[in-house]
Amino acid sequence: MTKQYINRGDRPTKEGFAEGLLASGIRHPEVMVIGADITASVGANLFAQRFPNRFISLGIAEQNCMGVAAGLALEGKIPVFATYGVFAALRTTDQIRVSVCYNNLHVVIGGAHAGLSVGADGATHQALEDLAVMRVLPNMTVLSPCDATQTKIAVQQAIHQVTGPVYIRFGRAPVSDFTRDNQVVEVGKGQLLHPGNDLTIIATGHMVWEALQAAYLLQEEKISVRVINIHTVKPIDQEIIVMAARETHAIITAEEHQVTGGLGGAVAEVLGREYPVPMRLIGMPDRFGESGEPAELMKKFGLTGQTIIQTAKELLELKSK
Amino acid sequence: MFYPKVHDPILLKEISTEIRRSVIKSLTLAGSGHLGASLGLADLFTCLYFAILNHDPDDPKFSDRDRLILSIGHVAPLLYTTLARVGYFPEKELETLRKLGSRLQGHPGREHGLPGLELSAGSLGQGLSVSVGRALAGKMNGNSWRVYCILGDGELQEGSVWEAAMSASHLKLDHLIAIVDRNGVQIDGKTEAIMALEPLKEKWKAFGWEVVECDGNNHQDLISSFHLAQQVVGKPTVIIAYTKMGKGVPMIEGDHRWHGKAPSEEESSLFLKQLEETTAG
Ligand SMILES: [Mg+2]
Repeated sequence: MTKQYINRGDRPTKEGFAEGLLASGIRHPEVMVIGADITASVGANLFAQRFPNRFISLGIAEQNCMGVAAGLALEGKIPVFATYGVFAALRTTDQIRVSVCYNNLHVVIGGAHAGLSVGADGATHQALEDLAVMRVLPNMTVLSPCDATQTKIAVQQAIHQVTGPVYIRFGRAPVSDFTRDNQVVEVGKGQLLHPGNDLTIIATGHMVWEALQAAYLLQEEKISVRVINIHTVKPIDQEIIVMAARETHAIITAEEHQVTGGLGGAVAEVLGREYPVPMRLIGMPDRFGESGEPAELMKKFGLTGQTIIQTAKELLELKSK
Repeated sequence: MFYPKVHDPILLKEISTEIRRSVIKSLTLAGSGHLGASLGLADLFTCLYFAILNHDPDDPKFSDRDRLILSIGHVAPLLYTTLARVGYFPEKELETLRKLGSRLQGHPGREHGLPGLELSAGSLGQGLSVSVGRALAGKMNGNSWRVYCILGDGELQEGSVWEAAMSASHLKLDHLIAIVDRNGVQIDGKTEAIMALEPLKEKWKAFGWEVVECDGNNHQDLISSFHLAQQVVGKPTVIIAYTKMGKGVPMIEGDHRWHGKAPSEEESSLFLKQLEETTAG
């Protein structure tokens, strides 16, 4: 098996969000974007320039932005509210829960600056809890695409295909852009990116690329690793997860998120119920991040291909006993 | 066809009394719920649903209807009673309030399918933001319907209300009318002791709103305030409606202990008797 995916060049997933949002604005006249002062840094700038009348600036007032989005959705608009994930998911959680989710409204929430790779801004701005909090809300769909190309497609799916509340996260740091332009992003379906029989890495976001690199390196050591991309954390693709457990008997999850409550938690919930197998979870070890270069931080907190390789070997040893 | 407006002051009075009677009865059956504000706002709801709002109980989602957003979801018993009285669903169903499987949830929940509900709400401080969103959509589409948003005075302690207030005037939403139930009390006691709101009129003015004050238990005062608010151009209007919690039942009027309580069987018959006495006089 050769390397099926190559990096076409590093790009922030935020760029994919910006491009997808613009494409959706062209496609549907009811798409509106709400801005909370940080328009360019969350990737709403392309839309705002093209459609100034459909871009509503509401200032640094996220709770109100979310409620206004709910009101627009009640009148048939398709509101997109994007801000940093820490604010989008956490500062407005009650507005999301009651005004958006309990009313089951099609509000698209963009969570920018996802994960540790925000870097130098430090812990306050690194969204590492958003998947857990969004995932627990009834009616919510949670998307976490793996590169800029996929983000561009996923945000359009969030806007045009999903009918209820949807949260989509994306990042600021340039990361490998490797998925195909013509791929299908089906909400709720995992993507098998690399076949393998000895164990499976289930990853989301940028950690998917790290998982692929780990799989390619392990392949050289005759270890056959399956890689699955979960771009939809909720509703999660139970079928692909259970099949991986049944066929490879060992699972690693990897995410740029707290190790509790996110993708790893979601996968563990499925396997605990359907098909328990030895499992390891890679993520932020229940602590706050800090300032530093993205790559330095990812290394410090073990969010790298190297950590995956090491964990894979430990897990295989356990499995062989 | 919009519901025909009632202009007869005597009939409006009778409707308010019927609604109060019905609120007391349904809360007694439910065994819990918020009696105080539901009684205090009965006149406001009567005026809105019988004399002000363009709406159609036979076609609850008619696109040109006015939207009533109840931000204080705990006044649900009054909303349900009024909706039933005006014809959205049979009054018999009020007996199911707060019971398992009922469409009449403790706080309004649209997913249970009750007709006439514009928003599932109950967490304070959110209704005005949703109202801003709806009014903005209406303005962008060039619609003529209005959004009416009912807020509690204690609710104004939520910061998000003021974020919404700021945005409504910034966006020049003159099709948005907010009503503040200024009964002066909240669960723990008097608003001014718990977290002072005064000078309240000046606060709204400073946020760019037109302010109208009125006696929220006086139908004619309420109706003329709404007519005034409907004429305002270029900015939203807030009607500060001074009401009495528990209005209609003198023995509990103004008593904050009745904010979140339902009457016992015994209290209920006493309250109903007092209600008949006050309205007869
Ligand atoms: Mg009050």
